[in-house]
Order: sequence, then C-alpha cells, then structure tokens
Amino acid sequence: MSGEAVIEVRDVTRTFMISSGFMKPKRPLHAVNGVNLRVERGEVMALVGESGCGKTTLARMMMGLLPPSQGTIELGGKPISTLDRMTVARTVQPIFQDPYSSLNPRKTIGSIITLPLRVQGDRDPATWEKRVHEIMELVGLPRRVFNNYPNQLSGGQRQRVAIARALINRPRMVICDEPTSALDVSVQSQILNLLQDLRAELGLTYLLISHNLAVVEHIATRVAVMYLGRIVEQTDTASLFESPRHPYSKALLSSVLTPDPTLGVPDTHLGASFPNPLEMPSGCTFHPRCPKAMPHCSQVAPRPIPAPGGHVECHLYDEGAPTYAQS
Amino acid sequence: MAVNDISPGAPDMEPSPRALLRRRVFHHAGLVIGASVLITIVLMALLAPYIAPHDPLDQVLDRRLIPPIWFDSDKATWTFPLGTDHFGRDYLSRLIWGARISLMIGVSAMLISGVIGTTIGVLAGYFGGRVDMVANFIITTRLSMPVVLVALAVVSMVGSSLTVVIWVLGLLIWDRFAVVMRSATMQVRNLDFVASAQALGCSTARIVLSEILPNVANHLIVVATIEMAHAILLEAALSFLGLGVQPPEPSWGLMISEAKGLMFFDAWLIAIPGTALFLLVLSINLLGDGLRDVTAPDGRN
Repeated sequence: MSGEAVIEVRDVTRTFMISSGFMKPKRPLHAVNGVNLRVERGEVMALVGESGCGKTTLARMMMGLLPPSQGTIELGGKPISTLDRMTVARTVQPIFQDPYSSLNPRKTIGSIITLPLRVQGDRDPATWEKRVHEIMELVGLPRRVFNNYPNQLSGGQRQRVAIARALINRPRMVICDEPTSALDVSVQSQILNLLQDLRAELGLTYLLISHNLAVVEHIATRVAVMYLGRIVEQTDTASLFESPRHPYSKALLSSVLTPDPTLGVPDTHLGASFPNPLEMPSGCTFHPRCPKAMPHCSQVAPRPIPAPGGHVECHLYDEGAPTYAQS
Repeated sequence: MAVNDISPGAPDMEPSPRALLRRRVFHHAGLVIGASVLITIVLMALLAPYIAPHDPLDQVLDRRLIPPIWFDSDKATWTFPLGTDHFGRDYLSRLIWGARISLMIGVSAMLISGVIGTTIGVLAGYFGGRVDMVANFIITTRLSMPVVLVALAVVSMVGSSLTVVIWVLGLLIWDRFAVVMRSATMQVRNLDFVASAQALGCSTARIVLSEILPNVANHLIVVATIEMAHAILLEAALSFLGLGVQPPEPSWGLMISEAKGLMFFDAWLIAIPGTALFLLVLSINLLGDGLRDVTAPDGRN
C-alpha cells in the first residue's frame, strides 16, 4: 500500500430516492453505502459481486458522471468535484459492457475514435490521422473499417473500437465495466489479452468490474468483493482465490460452474433471494444468507478487520466482536 | 499503405454508406412513388406563373361551369382541360396556383411546430425529472385544447390571412412532435454511447445535437411528414369554414368550399381539388414512411 494512488474513494455513499407509488413518500435506496477503495498506479483492481450490489454506480461516480451523496473521490490527490470535466475525461475513461450500445450507430468508426480529440480541442489536427491509425493498429482494427458504421462490425471489433476511443487520449485509468460479458466466448480471450497488452504498453491502471471470476483471476492483481453497497472483502487476487475469508467471497468462489457436467450445479448455501435493497437487513447485511451467522450478526454491523493483503468485514474474524457488540 | 490513403474511394474500403443508402432508396416502392408525386406537385407550385394556362383570378361569366374534357359535353374544350368554376375561372390554373398555398402552409406550419415540439420533447426526455414534469404539463395543456376550435376562435379574433393561419397552425400542432421526441430521447439517452460521450467531457449541447438528435431523426422525419399533411388538411378545413385563405385567392380547401353549393349538380368541382388534396397528403405520408424505413440503422447491411 505504498504506491501512488490514481484514484481514491473515501467513505462514499450514493443514495437514490425511489418513488414507491402515487402519493406515497419516496424511499431511499443506498446503492453504495460507505465504500473505501484505493487504486494504485499499475494495478488491476477487480470489483466483483452480484447484480444490483452497486458496482456500476460506484464506477459511474469514479468517472465523474454521478456525484456521490456523501464522501469524496480523489483523482491523483485532488477531489473529483473540483476538477473540470475535461481533466476528468483525460484521466479516467470507461469501456462499457455492451459494444452494441456504446457506439453511436449514426457515426462512422473514424468519427467515433476521433471524438475525444475533437472534444478536448486538441491543438494539432494534423496529427489526428496519425494518432487514429496508431491506436487502430494498437487495438488490432483493420484500417479499412475507418468509414464503416458500427453495425457493419462484429462484436469483438466493436469492442476494439470502444477501447480505441477510450485510449486515444492516453488516460491514466480505465474503468472496464464487464468488458467481455457481452461477447462470444471465442472473442472474450482476445479482448482480455488485448487489455493486458495495452496495460503493459501504455502503463494503464484498470478497474475491472466483472461477474466472471475466471477473468478476474486471470488479469486482476487485487480484488474487492462488493455486497449490497459495501466492500466486504478486499485483498490481493492470490489470497482471495486460495483462502477467501468472508463467507460471501467463499460462496461466490464456490458458485463457479465447472466444465465437468457430472459435478452438477454448485451448491452455494446462499439461497435464491437477493435481499431487497430498499429494506436492508439489520446488522451485517449478509446475515440472512450467511451459513455461519452468529446471534450478534443481525444486530451489529461488522467493522473492517485488517487481513493479509487487505481487509475483511465479518464478525468471524473480529476477536473483539462480542464485547463491542454489547457496548 | 500510405497514411493519407484514407478516403471514401480507397479500393479496399467497404461499399460507401452513401452507395448503400442510394440502393435502399431506389428499392423502396412507396418512397419512390411518394417522392415523385410530391416532387411533381412542388414543381407545379414553383412554376405556377409559367405553366398555368390562364389567370386564376380572371372571371368571365359567359364561360361559367364548363365541364372537364373527359365529360361527354359540347362545352368541354381543351382550352380549359379541367373546366371552369361558377365564376368562369379556369380550374386547372386555380389548382396549380392553389398548390402553392397548400404547400406553403404545410411546410411553414410543420417547421414552426417542429422547432417547438422537438425542443420541448428532447429537453424533457434528456433531463427528465422536473423538466419532464413541466414539459408534460405543457403538452397536456395543449392536448386538452381542440385544434379547430382554438384556430377558429383566434382567426376570427385577429382576422384571417395566410400568415395568421400559418402561425396559428404552427403554434397548435406541435404536440405530436413533443410526445414522440420525448419518448425517443428517453430511450436513446440511457444508452452507453451517451454515457461515454459524457465521460469524454462533451458538453450537454454537443451530446443533444450530435449524439441524441441523429438517433431520433428518423422518428422526427415521420412526425414531420404526418404534421405537414395534418397542417394542409387543417388549412383546407379552415378555408372550407371561411376562416382560412380568403377568396379570391385559390386554395384547395377554398375551392372545395366554393363548390359545395353545386355538389349535387357538378360533383367534379369538389372531386378535382379533393383528389389533389388526397394525392398530396398520401404522397407526403408515403415519403415519410419510406424515409423511416431506409434510414433505420437496424436495416443496414
């Protein structure tokens, strides 16, 4: 934990007001609930968790698209709210999940890739063409697609276009929101290897949001496990996959399907229902589904416990838990 | 390959989008028919001073009610191919000059209502929340006003002229623009390319103009043609009621109105401008549908 932080998230909360019907008061939904996250230069930080746990909301806040309700997000040491949108855009860029909706269907590939240059008012239009060709070559796009429209390309090519657009201004950090889950299996590994190569070549830092634990194990250096708006465990990839601490991390890891059909569908002990985020469980939000729940789990929220490589939020590892539960 | 090889005509390029579009346009029967009829009427309107055989206002009482040439009558003559009306004015010339007024009202009212409706709809769809609430209130208020009744009331208060009719119609028929643009914008607004434009630092104006508008343009074209036809029909209705274009100006609606007394004796007096109106409205609608079909990105390739 000594490197330079590219992005630092401090106690960030984001609450949405959800209307519950005509003439009824709006109710708060805590999409992100007190998250701390520090991504250091050159890292690949993976963010994993179920659908609806707040991963994408957190990512949108880190791109400056959504202001946090509470807490601060710092980009290179400066709060994101004090930076102008061009500076944020030069530092952080997204790669979205679905390359079919992340490219404007009315624009040619060339104009999509040059948009960042035009928006940033780049001083030297003469070099644009050269830069576009460089980046297209870097991401492996043939030059002949320059005048094509997105719907003339395959999913993998479209994702390469999205990557080229994100990287042409050489950002320091790229937020990949499930960059491969909308692609064919055969194309997924190509895109992942491309992301790996680009990281080495351009010195990028990634925040990788993914459902796919195999992808995470393959390219991430650190992993944060998110559950109902909180990061319940954060550690380096090797320790998470060898010895997950939080019961939720264990369940996630055991839910991975194996290629061997005779083994059947894995049993995760999680039960089927994801709790309603409008009515958060008391105490530790995971206790209704936790196989190791203790009596005080439903009353006291766990505090972050330092663990090798990071921290974990679980009463199982908190020696002082019963005493501070009583206080 | 040299760096400056990137041009639309470079040999290893895919067929240019323009060529693909051209191919789609000429394979769409409705579009071709609609466009040719509309172009004919537009040319007729533009060239009226040169192609109209007689003065449309010239009344000669001893040549009243000459029937069109396809009638088996001694009076029918090639001098007046579509006959003359009850004041002895040449019907073909009145029809040609009348196209000007119909088209002018249609286009101008469509442009005015398009600007108003698209602005309200796109803003409501893009910003949502309070803006959407206000826009919805304005749209509902407008929808609760009967168009013909309000138009009649306004025209009878401020007097009727071509300009008044255009503005009254333009300010009244933007509701469909607003409703359609609002829902189309809401759909596009949540797509990832808008978020990525935001993440690139684009200004809101730039996002609306270059990311949202091109993607709702095909809905816009369809509504624009529907509203143009709508405005033409409303003008005809107002003229028919005597509150639109004033005689002796030739307008298709007014021609129908003036012939209504003779409807049972000389039905062609109503049938000719009625058919012209029908063809104009039909061709505009065919053109709109066709344009929507060929510009939809889903149909590409």
